[in-house]
Amino acid sequence: MTEMTLVQAVNRGLHEAMKGDPDVLVLGEDVGVDGGVFRATEGLIKEFGPDRVIDTPLSECGIVGTAIGMALYGLKPVAEIQFLDFIYPAFDQIVSELAKFRFRSGGQYPCHVVVRAPYGGGIKGGLYHSQSTEAYFCHTAGLKVAIPSTPADAKGLLLSAIHDEDPVIFLEPKRIYRAVSGEVPDGDHRVPFGSARTVVPGDDVSIFAYGAMVPVATEAAEALRGEGISAEVVDLRTLVPLDEATVLASVEKTGRAVVVHEAARFCGFGAELSAILAEKAFYSLKAPIARVTGFDTPFPYALENVYLPNAARVAHAARATVRSG
Amino acid sequence: MANAVSPPSAPLDSGATPLSAEQRLSFYRTMVLSRAIDERCLSLQRQGRIGFYVPASGQEGAQIGCAAALEPDDWIFPAYREIGLALWRGIPFRTLLDQFIGNAEDIMKGRQMPNHYGFRDKNFVVASSPIGTQITQAVGAAMAIQRRKAATVTATFFGDGATSSNDFHAGMNFAGVFRTPTIFFCQNNQWAISLPRERQTRSSTLAQKAEAYGFPGVVVDGTDVDAVYRAVRSARERAVRGEGPTLIEAQVYRYGPHSTSDDPRRYRADEELQAWKRRDPILRLKELLLSSGQWTEAKDAALLDEVRAQIAQAIEAAEAVPPVAPATLFEDTFARRTPQLEEEKAAFERLVQEGVIRP
Repeated sequence: MTEMTLVQAVNRGLHEAMKGDPDVLVLGEDVGVDGGVFRATEGLIKEFGPDRVIDTPLSECGIVGTAIGMALYGLKPVAEIQFLDFIYPAFDQIVSELAKFRFRSGGQYPCHVVVRAPYGGGIKGGLYHSQSTEAYFCHTAGLKVAIPSTPADAKGLLLSAIHDEDPVIFLEPKRIYRAVSGEVPDGDHRVPFGSARTVVPGDDVSIFAYGAMVPVATEAAEALRGEGISAEVVDLRTLVPLDEATVLASVEKTGRAVVVHEAARFCGFGAELSAILAEKAFYSLKAPIARVTGFDTPFPYALENVYLPNAARVAHAARATVRSG
Repeated sequence: MANAVSPPSAPLDSGATPLSAEQRLSFYRTMVLSRAIDERCLSLQRQGRIGFYVPASGQEGAQIGCAAALEPDDWIFPAYREIGLALWRGIPFRTLLDQFIGNAEDIMKGRQMPNHYGFRDKNFVVASSPIGTQITQAVGAAMAIQRRKAATVTATFFGDGATSSNDFHAGMNFAGVFRTPTIFFCQNNQWAISLPRERQTRSSTLAQKAEAYGFPGVVVDGTDVDAVYRAVRSARERAVRGEGPTLIEAQVYRYGPHSTSDDPRRYRADEELQAWKRRDPILRLKELLLSSGQWTEAKDAALLDEVRAQIAQAIEAAEAVPPVAPATLFEDTFARRTPQLEEEKAAFERLVQEGVIRP
């Protein structure tokens, strides 16, 4: 075990994968000499050289398109998109190509690329350095979507992503890149996809979150405890595949659900989660499901603190569900 | 009209050529087969026996000349109009037809429209419909070839329309920066659905775009199979020597519609088509073969009969194959089904059993 931040854990995960397999390589803008704008790839070029830590021209469709070609040929590329907000030039490559290669070829061409991107608000990034658009990728069949919330999970989910057989969109909560340190297992530590983590056990209400909203949900649960409300916090870890069993078991126990994400509400991942609960846990529910999310506006610069869900809003919603039934 | 300008016209047999009589004959046979398949498939589509078709008539010289100049280990990243390449790579018409029909023997499992196929064992990557996306992928595979230090290349195929796409520019740029062993083979067939070549770009040639990316671009008469072969061979040798990519613009003409979903009479003049047909790649090669004594009209008639019989036989066999099994829908989204997909598959099967969904 070593104590480190989330971004250091990403770095250690990449290092571990590259050390273990010469076919693993990293490509993206400023990932080499500069070590990445968030330092996620720091030091890798020194250890593995410019052929495996590739500084690319400034073109997201070029980065993901070439990564796909490398993967088809047998390499295991990890492509970095500097901010999730800049992924759209590569959207065609991701949704039309990467997600569909295995299916459209009848299984002849698996296409395993990991696309890493920092996402989310809280760094004064305005519209174009703050968005949380995971739902686009969750809605595309053929992509897996992982979002860690702790340093240990950042390394463990990343190593699982790199060793997966399918394309993975790996979203890193940049707001908490350095906010917390945590113990991270050394070596080839892997966290399996589709295994949600119960962060705080509780009996009265289930709070579902992922990425940077997990600490927010946890803070809300602590506040609620002081009021005599026992909230359970579940970190989904991967949105695709989703650990439905853990989600349903939690709501069957508590009878109440609050879904938290910083993405806009309408058609956000919380809508899917709420629909699953309505379909499969309807008779366990004692109160309407509540969603605490970003608003259905573009992401604001000066007002980001009121846009992003915080512990007060989460606790408020949880309290309301407990009082309503 | 710029499209009526004839491509550079060099005699077919212009001096030293690496091609043997046997090679030329095998080019010719494949070109004739390709054309005959096109004609037959257009009528199969009209009869509703296949859902769609993308004809390649007029482009056989470019396709066969290029395919023949590549080695089997070279990876092809095709668009959807490359039947000549597929045939030259040794993919039987019957296999292509299974894909056009989407029957139980279709290697693509009935998932794609006709002409969108790929064959891993032939290093023929599966095509998609978005324009140009294969171009950056071909460059990435070439970067992998560099990493593996293999003496092979990637070749990517696209039309004049694709030179306006994001991926064309990104791919050309990456290829220039990383000096990848890539051949960019543009079949300029003069029309991107209804848009003529001069409305696609102000450049006087498409090949000249390579200059901006720091590598050579060449124009070749795509109706001259020998010229195409030589141009691709030389680009391939360059790439294998580590000298980087080449853009080849093969000037051809699309005789038919863009696909069976459009009618070219709405947007282009018949005189233009007739002018290009006078320099038909198959006729040009046939004349050469006849004049050199390697071929006779009798042999030609026999070849056509043989090809048509072969096509008819394949159609009969492919149409006898049952449709693709409905449960295959739930294969290959991921390496293994997620719990959600398992659940959907089980629900689907129940609906089939109950007769709600009727395959």
